[in-house]
Amino acid sequence: MLTYDFMVNAFLASGIVAVVAGIVGFFLVLRGQTFAGHALSHVGFAGATGAVLVGLPPLWGLVAFTVGAGLGMGVLGERLSGRDVAIGIILSLSMGLGLLFLHFYTAYATQVTALLFGNVLGVDSETLWTLLLLGAVSLAALAVIARPLLFASIQPELAEAKGVSLQLVSLLFLAIVALTVAECTQIVGVLLVFTLMVGPAAAAGRWTSRLGRGVALAAILALAEAWTGVTLAYYTDWPTSFWITALSAAVYFASLPR
Amino acid sequence: MTAVEFERVTVSLGSRVVLSEVSLRLEDGEFIGVLGPNGSGKTTLMRAILGLVKPSAGSIKVLGKPARRGNAAAGYMPQQRQSVRSLRLSGWDFVASAVNGHKWGWPGARATERKEIDWALATVGARDLARRPLSETSGGERQRLLLAQCLLGRPRLLLLDEPLLNLDPHHQRVVVQLVRQLQKELAMTVLFSAHEINPLLGALDKVLYLGGGRAALGGVDEVITGPVLSRLYGSEIEVVRIGGRIFVMSGAHDLEKSEHRHDAHL
Repeated sequence: MLTYDFMVNAFLASGIVAVVAGIVGFFLVLRGQTFAGHALSHVGFAGATGAVLVGLPPLWGLVAFTVGAGLGMGVLGERLSGRDVAIGIILSLSMGLGLLFLHFYTAYATQVTALLFGNVLGVDSETLWTLLLLGAVSLAALAVIARPLLFASIQPELAEAKGVSLQLVSLLFLAIVALTVAECTQIVGVLLVFTLMVGPAAAAGRWTSRLGRGVALAAILALAEAWTGVTLAYYTDWPTSFWITALSAAVYFASLPR
Repeated sequence: MTAVEFERVTVSLGSRVVLSEVSLRLEDGEFIGVLGPNGSGKTTLMRAILGLVKPSAGSIKVLGKPARRGNAAAGYMPQQRQSVRSLRLSGWDFVASAVNGHKWGWPGARATERKEIDWALATVGARDLARRPLSETSGGERQRLLLAQCLLGRPRLLLLDEPLLNLDPHHQRVVVQLVRQLQKELAMTVLFSAHEINPLLGALDKVLYLGGGRAALGGVDEVITGPVLSRLYGSEIEVVRIGGRIFVMSGAHDLEKSEHRHDAHL
């Protein structure tokens, strides 16, 4: 299995993304902002297809649009909380725009499928380096803001009184989420970002009540799901994204009875 | 030493004037019950002391210095949110999140911070809650953890916003006694807001009653009287005392009780 370059790349790429998604996802679940993560991925679809249309690499279009939208959500902040309808409409609009861009580009169906459902077996070494760079930036930024982020997530009023800027923390965090979403899209696609960012983190949060262990467990679960998914896809010839979603769901439901 | 000083302070939220030219002086080392109907500005008063709401007129001084955000000398327990009740994080991690939570970096606690967290948990008698997830604690246990959290940094002024909400009478008594004991041991000034005066009787030194944008400060017998409360409520109020308990009545209607019931639905 590992004699093929594309398989090695698939393991490396999914490994990098899974670890980042698990860790960032833990804070996303803790803050109850999972829907924002879901919406950002859809915005990314418009970005990726728009980039293809003007001849840029789709990943950069994705990053530009998700980070832009993440910052926008951060600026609107409290005014967006409880506005699921507004977020949902922007989410659909983005998908619609993406469809329009594809219509002009008259793209191949494979490219659309790759964007929507991911294509980890098609990761080349250049993309791999980009993923590594983006992942390192996300985790480094998270390491800087994690303390006030945690405080602001758990006790916002108290954090504010102690001098934490809720808006700045929220803005930076959503930018990190946006980067992570863009990464996840490479592995599982726009539609299935939840599976790596939310599934493992939510299960980890149910299995341990300790913060450090929760973060570590979320990363380990995401990594295990991604690698097992790639392996099963190799032997069954079924889509990798299917296997990852199945494993993510299985692990999450296994965590529920506790 | 004056703990908190308001000089002709006016605070508006949007177009609503919550406090109108309020002047008051809270002495250091007192337990002050903050009372008043819903919307009378109990939370706003605390947020103004913390520098989270800027007065449109007047000045606020906290321990001799102008009120500002990030004042380490002021501890704060905000009104409890639903999300805290469903948090699956352990009590220890919950309390720990507030230690130097305003500084950048990764949350892991250093040795001195660990000692501080252990001290705060021990002080409120919550050591055995450290390992349990918050979602599996009772209302009274959660109050202890919240208290431990705001004792971090050893504040001289403690602002507690409705700590008795959704607690049964027994746990209300336990929390009031615990706060009174901490206030004396640690020589703090405590502002304790509540819907009803009765659970606080016997523990408090003074009452700060808010209503109609105004404030009345003094001993229970000076403030909880028909004339003073009638002025604050802007309607005829009668104060009835039965067996050491106080009832604030408008006509045949018990005002503080109905406020409480109203909130229990929220």
